[in-house]
Amino acid sequence: MKRTIRTIALSIAVLATAAWIVMGANRGFTKTTVPKKIVDEVTGNEGVIYEDRFVPGVELLGAALLGAGALAGASFFVKNKTKIKA
Amino acid sequence: MKKLVTFLSSTLVAAAAIAAPQSFDFKDPKGVNNAVFKLDAPLEAINGSANGVSGTVSFDPANPGATKGKIVVATETLHVPNPTMKGHLHGSQWMDVAKYPELTFEAKELKNVKTTGDSTTADASGTLTIRGIAKDVTVPVKLTYLKDKLGARVPNMKGDLLVIRATFNVKRSDYGINPDAPVEKVSDDIDLSLSIAGASPKS
Repeated sequence: MKRTIRTIALSIAVLATAAWIVMGANRGFTKTTVPKKIVDEVTGNEGVIYEDRFVPGVELLGAALLGAGALAGASFFVKNKTKIKA
Repeated sequence: MKKLVTFLSSTLVAAAAIAAPQSFDFKDPKGVNNAVFKLDAPLEAINGSANGVSGTVSFDPANPGATKGKIVVATETLHVPNPTMKGHLHGSQWMDVAKYPELTFEAKELKNVKTTGDSTTADASGTLTIRGIAKDVTVPVKLTYLKDKLGARVPNMKGDLLVIRATFNVKRSDYGINPDAPVEKVSDDIDLSLSIAGASPKS
């Protein structure tokens, strides 16, 4: 049982970190839109448009790692099954 | 004599028409006109923009120093990439967009005007109104007059363009923008940058 909980906790930590890296490794807060610069060729003005894209931030990564840590910690309070000797 | 009077009067009318200031409309059909803002914060700077720009500016190519006008930004179009932050930004403590749907800058006078070719730099004195609080400010501006360039930007239209660029700084506390937020968490200074183009169509 302990091993199962710790494996789940490790999986959560690894998956959350991997997802955070793959989705942009954003060291700021979570974004649901990302800015994209556009240039008006006639005036030379730069504008900003926003594209819908989910980019997880450090607060989501932190929450996932905290949850994984709590789960791993909880495993220390779980008793192993007593094996019945034949 | 009658012909001379007619000739003179028509010449005067033509001269007045040439010298008259043009009115430029800053509602942008291409959606490029925008105001960008930035506030420093510990984890990451708060960067956002607003594209709901409108207003009119009176500009005389022969006398750029006489430029006057009003630029309006619809506060509902203020955007930051984080949805929670955007909610706070639009909320009653920050920009209170429900109560104050617009922020405006009304330029009344240009000082230190320097014109080179089609470009003019100056200090625009006027009134900046944010959250209903109006304060007199002086903003460095660059005006670029693009004669007959409207058609290149908006097909099937003839006319001129006026590009205005300005970068300046305002204090959050001067306009009652969440005065309770400590400056250690969000800076009091707001960096503003405006890049807008107005059109003066000709028939």
